[in-house]
Amino acid sequence: MFNKLTAAGIAAATLIGAAGAAHAGKELDAIKARGALICGVGTGTAGFNLADSQGKWRGLNVDVCRAVAAAIFGDAEKVKYVPLTAQQRFTALQSGEVDLLSNNTTWTLTRDTALGFDFTGVTYYDGQGFMVNKKLGVKSAKELNGATVCVAPGTTTELNLADYFRANKMQFKPVVIEKADEIRAAFFAGRCDVYTTDASALAAVRVANVPAPQKAEDYIVLPEIISKEPLGPVVRHGDNQFGDIVTWSLFAMLEAEEYGIDSKNVDQMLKSDNPTIKRILGVTPGMGKALGLDEKWVYNIIKQVGNYGESFDRNIGKDSILKIDRGVNKLWTKGGLQYAPPIR
Amino acid sequence: MTDVAPVGERRQLAPPVDDSGALGWIRRNLFSSWANGITTVVLIVAVGWILSWFLEWAVFTANFTAASGSECRAQGACWAIVGEKWRYIFFGSFPYEQHWRPLFAVIAMLAMLILSSDRRMWNWRLIVIWGVGSFITFLLMFGEIHLPLSLFLFVALAVGAVGLILRRNIGAAGEMNAYRALAAIGLAGLVLRIAGILPAWSLAIAPLSYVETNLWGGLPVTLILATYGLVFAFPYGILLALGRRSELPLIKGLCVGFIELIRGVPLISLLIMASVMLPLFLPSGVTFDKFLRAQVAVILFAGAYIAEIIRGGLQSLPKGQFEAADAMGLNYVQKTALIVLPQALRVVIPPLINTFIGFFKDTSLVLIIGIFDFLNTANQALVDPNWAGFPGEIYLFAAFIYFIFCYSMSRYSKRLEIELNRGTRR
Repeated sequence: MFNKLTAAGIAAATLIGAAGAAHAGKELDAIKARGALICGVGTGTAGFNLADSQGKWRGLNVDVCRAVAAAIFGDAEKVKYVPLTAQQRFTALQSGEVDLLSNNTTWTLTRDTALGFDFTGVTYYDGQGFMVNKKLGVKSAKELNGATVCVAPGTTTELNLADYFRANKMQFKPVVIEKADEIRAAFFAGRCDVYTTDASALAAVRVANVPAPQKAEDYIVLPEIISKEPLGPVVRHGDNQFGDIVTWSLFAMLEAEEYGIDSKNVDQMLKSDNPTIKRILGVTPGMGKALGLDEKWVYNIIKQVGNYGESFDRNIGKDSILKIDRGVNKLWTKGGLQYAPPIR
Repeated sequence: MTDVAPVGERRQLAPPVDDSGALGWIRRNLFSSWANGITTVVLIVAVGWILSWFLEWAVFTANFTAASGSECRAQGACWAIVGEKWRYIFFGSFPYEQHWRPLFAVIAMLAMLILSSDRRMWNWRLIVIWGVGSFITFLLMFGEIHLPLSLFLFVALAVGAVGLILRRNIGAAGEMNAYRALAAIGLAGLVLRIAGILPAWSLAIAPLSYVETNLWGGLPVTLILATYGLVFAFPYGILLALGRRSELPLIKGLCVGFIELIRGVPLISLLIMASVMLPLFLPSGVTFDKFLRAQVAVILFAGAYIAEIIRGGLQSLPKGQFEAADAMGLNYVQKTALIVLPQALRVVIPPLINTFIGFFKDTSLVLIIGIFDFLNTANQALVDPNWAGFPGEIYLFAAFIYFIFCYSMSRYSKRLEIELNRGTRR
């Protein structure tokens, strides 16, 4: 549901046209001169970007911003957050209001090209899923023929849903409701058999929004994922050096997890004999210089933000209330899709 | 036998049903007929039923102390969420340990509003109150304020020019010379500044750490957007209203066009224009503060509405007032500022407060451009998965705060209307 390509966005791309070129090479200098990274985040998605009770921004997307700041400045706190709505986010990035967009944006071809952006990686592989009441006894989305489905209008979610049912020669009755709160209320009140949206959101809703007499266990998320929604940070075309730093900040978090480096053991790991770990942590110099950063860039990211697994668990995974399963977001070594090229 | 009493004697009647006191009032107003009596009983039962249900939920089974949302479930209201989130709802992402700053900023703004609601202050004191109040408010919110030299020069020029025009043929020679001197200093200074001869000097007042507008949120944002939206829209609305009545077709056309254009589109579209479209037309790298853009959109929008209200005031003035001013030999500015506006504005103050109430609530639309006003911080509080599922409590709390503000403004407006109309009701 996040790849709503607004007409404004496309118009914006046409209007801005050559603007990207004018920036070339200056982004990183501007960020360094400013002394802070300006990071565009969403206006409130649990676990991904949300201000907590103290007003501090937290979440998986926010950790990407913090990692980039840690890499550039050695201080993860040197970030200014600009909350952006789905309509605003692309203009804000194009006009230079933010340096980096970390806002649950789905990586698509048109966004990567026509809008003049570069996607620098995938922080979370999402996809559209289905949630049903256990009482229905449904084990697979293939058994949903004739079901009533609660869905938000005007999103790719609605289109994916229609495509999926048509492809599987099944019928469904859509219950189309605009506001997320109202969709949930309708679903839990039993107005529809199925609720469909991004799987991460389904998991969050299942944990946090089931009304009192019912329990989270009364509902199950079906195994079928019917769309690809790779969510990742976005930068403008132009300054490739800055783009590389954003790319490799995320890769560094993944590499660190793969080699068992986390925020708690990173200091001991500095003494490790493993040549790969020595390269990653800058004990053997060279990697930082190649990116134009301090040699301790990965150390700073891991020490202050943590590796990818830590960030995932803390914000949306097993240590959070959302308890989203790592699923396809496991490392490639554990059968998932998260794969970082080597730091060497 | 007839029952006519003998002449000279009075028949003793039973004492009349007591029509005074509480019982009498009840009888007269609630049970004056069978139908009314039944209506009363039905309504009392209905209200009592709803109230008992509400109290059961909001008070008797409510949870005030839960440490997390999951402890709150399966009971009545979860007021603990308000206890957990109230600071965020009121002050947004403003640095937590410095929340006293937006708190005092809100108090300063409220003091400013309350002081200016007193009619005895409606003179030069108003300028002092707003000058000092705004300075305190923004110093607290930003933490530092830079007053550039050109601002002082501009103020000198403006005061001098306005004085020269308004007091022409009225002020004493010494006073007029002072205005001339002020205007001359301001003008000369500005020219020198633009030519680059005077340095870009600015007075920096920075007692606190700088907090940018991205971190502002909650009640201060709502109050600033609504208050300064109207404060700046007011003079601008006056100009539009005067322009609309101008005899010069170009000015009149521009003003009418602007007013109708703004009044013909919803505030949301203006906000979207300001936040999404405007940056596209600026050279790349040049950005205005998002908050400032929203504030300007609110000012433009409010200006058009205020212009129409003021036009009503202008039209209510008898023609004789204009003619008398002309006969006195006053120029256009003097006639407008000294004769027309004071009378016209007096008429429109109550509807203006009405507009303010509307704008106080309308500013919550800024949530669609990612600015965290009071309602939007309340919305954000609901997204927190640890406390998800209690929208009723949060929205009731937000509604209660909005109600306090709007109801007191509406009472004030009513009182003011009575006071201002005392002269005309005789």
